[in-house]
Amino acid sequence: MAMNNSNKSKIIYTALAWGISGMIFFPILWTLLTSFKTEAEAISANPSLFMFDWTLENYSDVLARSPYFNHFWNSVVISIGSSLLGLVIAIPAAWSMAFVQTKRTKHLLMWMLSTKMLPPVGVLIPIYLMFRDFSLLDTKLGLVIVMTLVNLPIMVWMLYTYFREIPHEILEASRMDGCSIAEEIFHVLLPLALPGIASTLLLNVILAWNEAFWTLILTAANAAPLTAFIASYSSPEGLFYAKLSAASVMAIVPILILGWFSQKQLVRGLSFGAVK
Amino acid sequence: MGSITLKQVTKTFGDVNVIKPIDLQIHDGEFIVFVGPSGCGKSTLLRMIAGLEDTTSGNIDIDGQDATNTPPAKRGLAMVFQSYALYPHMSVRNNIAFPLKRAKMPPAEIEAKIASAAKILNLGDYLDRKPGQLSGGQRQRVAIGRAIVRQPSAFLFDEPLSNLDASLRVNMRLEISELHKTLDTTMIYVTHDQVEAMTMADRIAVFNAGVIEQVGTPLELYQTPINRFVAGFIGSPKMNFIEVEAVDGDPTSCVGVRPEHLKVTQDKGLWTGKVGVIEHLGSETFLHIHVDGVGPLTLKADGDCPLKYGDDVNLTAPQNKIMHFDAAGKTLPATPFSGN
Amino acid sequence: MATMQSRNLARMMLFPSVVLLLAWMIVPLCMTLYFSFLDYNLLTPGSEEFIGFLNYEFFLTDPAFFASFFNTLLLVGGVLLITICGGIGLAILLDQAIWGRNYVRIMVLAPFFVMPTVSALVWKNMLMNPVNGLFAHFAIWIGVEPVDFFAQVPLLSIIIIVSWQWLPFAALILLTSIQSLDREQLEAADLDGAGPFSKFIYIVMPHLSRAITAVILIETIFLLSIFAEILVTTSGGPGYASTNLTYLIYTQSLLQFDVGGGSAGGIVAVIIANIVAIFLMRLIGKNLED
Ligand SMILES: Nc1ncnc2c1ncn2[C@@H]1O[C@H](COP(=O)(O)OP(=O)(O)O)[C@@H](O)[C@H]1O
Ligand SMILES: [Mg+2]
Repeated sequence: MAMNNSNKSKIIYTALAWGISGMIFFPILWTLLTSFKTEAEAISANPSLFMFDWTLENYSDVLARSPYFNHFWNSVVISIGSSLLGLVIAIPAAWSMAFVQTKRTKHLLMWMLSTKMLPPVGVLIPIYLMFRDFSLLDTKLGLVIVMTLVNLPIMVWMLYTYFREIPHEILEASRMDGCSIAEEIFHVLLPLALPGIASTLLLNVILAWNEAFWTLILTAANAAPLTAFIASYSSPEGLFYAKLSAASVMAIVPILILGWFSQKQLVRGLSFGAVK
Repeated sequence: MGSITLKQVTKTFGDVNVIKPIDLQIHDGEFIVFVGPSGCGKSTLLRMIAGLEDTTSGNIDIDGQDATNTPPAKRGLAMVFQSYALYPHMSVRNNIAFPLKRAKMPPAEIEAKIASAAKILNLGDYLDRKPGQLSGGQRQRVAIGRAIVRQPSAFLFDEPLSNLDASLRVNMRLEISELHKTLDTTMIYVTHDQVEAMTMADRIAVFNAGVIEQVGTPLELYQTPINRFVAGFIGSPKMNFIEVEAVDGDPTSCVGVRPEHLKVTQDKGLWTGKVGVIEHLGSETFLHIHVDGVGPLTLKADGDCPLKYGDDVNLTAPQNKIMHFDAAGKTLPATPFSGN
Repeated sequence: MATMQSRNLARMMLFPSVVLLLAWMIVPLCMTLYFSFLDYNLLTPGSEEFIGFLNYEFFLTDPAFFASFFNTLLLVGGVLLITICGGIGLAILLDQAIWGRNYVRIMVLAPFFVMPTVSALVWKNMLMNPVNGLFAHFAIWIGVEPVDFFAQVPLLSIIIIVSWQWLPFAALILLTSIQSLDREQLEAADLDGAGPFSKFIYIVMPHLSRAITAVILIETIFLLSIFAEILVTTSGGPGYASTNLTYLIYTQSLLQFDVGGGSAGGIVAVIIANIVAIFLMRLIGKNLED
């Protein structure tokens, strides 16, 4: 059967795309597989992709021997807490900038963006000392505060770009219809912007979940989220590949799934609306 | 009730003076149209009346009360926007009910109001749809429905028909006029389309660059425009303007003849020219005639006009239909005109 | 939609964000600046005294500073180069008609959602370990000497790990941008007889420039402060071979408790970041204007 040209190129491109993406995905796949191996198989010099004795032992070991759920819970509280708190602060700001534009609005947005460029080490010591003095070191509350501030500029920018897409005439109509500004925000703006707000929340949960500077520096046994917990596996006694894999899989799977759902918003949010 | 008085109202954005001092008295129950080229400040003034923009200086009185600084919700006015501005997340029913709910009206009363609005506007079948599922004309009706249930003291329309296609526009024009007759409420209607203005208005205010050039009934504006701008803006096709050479003792710098008053004549006439493009509309014919030393003139003739491209014609016009303007554009008292 | 009332309200609603960000940025920054002029060590509290620019002198003449400064540049530059070139290639590939594009997309995107500590550990142990790592097994299988990545090429190894994390991001943004390219432009170019290469240079690349700007900006923000990947793989070593500025300042302040020296380093890092930022904001400010 003769094959036309476009079909031929489709086959070539498909093979190429699957090959490359398979390579990119491989470390994750390998971690997933290793998490079901025994420790001996995990470091075997003749590793096998699928033909090994599948076991769930690593998972039960990690859960039994370490306060895994504690750290998981810390991650949940810190990422969701900081994202929600961030929304409460960012929504009013984004409303102002999107609907009551002044000459300063552009500068203000740029300034917020610029705070993201401040290297954390520039404020590392004072923050550390303040945390020490206010007994916030190794507390979830402390991390929630830091994560909120770290991600606030991104939240404001994302919400701003979403709000900008809502025709302001609709808000004006509600004002003519007797809404106070609070009612206008609650009855009209928020329902209309709900998809945008949801994706802002999602993206910030992901960013906070994976943040690994402040979480490593400001937490110890108590409030450590999964990022810091996993880091403890780098010390020599923790070098069990299969268990490391199991712990890793449990740390990344929830966010991988959330992430796959939010890929579109991710582009928009992280590019500050420059790419839609 | 719905009389609105503008006293020396101005608006500046930054350093741009968008509305020069404007005085205007809008009477209770009248249909007044703000017409003018786009960018002349009509919407801005309407939004100032609505309370959506601050008034830089001057006063706006509504029903005798100073409302210059009253928030929009408290002015008792309803607005219909060019983009309809319906709430996309609410059904038609809830869109219409929204202002009533905000006013804390009892549900039974709200139902009754929705029912009567739906009847007036033929919306019965669509009440449970979302705005996204409606056509442009239906959306516009919903927007009007949302406005009328509140029983405002005046309606503000900002180019409500410009997003509709031509035939729908004609229908909606009639419906809005009909509505005005039924409700007998003040309506302020902004448009850049002089045909809409002429067909709908009780009175027209012609805007130009932030000032009102003239206010009057459609016929007053057509017959006695106070200046060249109004004369050119009102009437379609546009009035022909012919520059004339200055004559001692006569301030006329330009005369104007409407296409419908220009006639082809066998006599010598006032101008001679060559027929250019001919537009046959069936009921009437527009002839574009090139007159040497004057430029192109438009002439409106009967539907069965026999002239052809390239014909030579003599043109004339009744003396009382020729308007004279001075160098500043002001209309002058009619004087006999004998050609240039 | 701007009345006095709404403008006042807007100012009030902006207030919390602005104040919080100011407090988050300015107050600690001033404290850092203040500390940087003190002889201040956490191990000997109470003995702080003003020593002028001595901390800066020490920091800037320390060979570790030069090493970590260049490592920072290499790290940022290397990752940007790899992710943008790779990202453009991937974006063009994924833009073709292929079977199972959604699955391919999901696989390509996945590394971005892996937390830095996990990706660093997985690469360090399971892939790059010179004895038990997959790469070592592979090297032995094809009969070459396994590379001891973190001993022999520590910085390059970290660049590889970080590039793996950021390649998906670049690819996704560039893909989104390519997909918004007006197909009629390409068809018009076809009619004008343009080949694939000139179409890429004259149509695709200019269209992508905005997205590339965004990628550079965002990646640079994050790459300047790479930390976890270094902490869990090399701890900056061997020597200072894989120490970047962030890591250097971290060791100085929180491992050696030298608050004064660490603060001076922090201020230097801020100044460097500012130089980069001014440059970037110019770029993005121009490119983001609509
Ligand atoms: N919010 C604003 N800021 C600055 N200038 C504005 C604003 N709104 C309108 N303008 C300017 O005011 C003028 C009048 O606008 P508008 O009232 O919308 O005109 P119209 O409705 O007659 O077309 C225009 O030149 C416009 O650019
Ligand atoms: Mg307008």
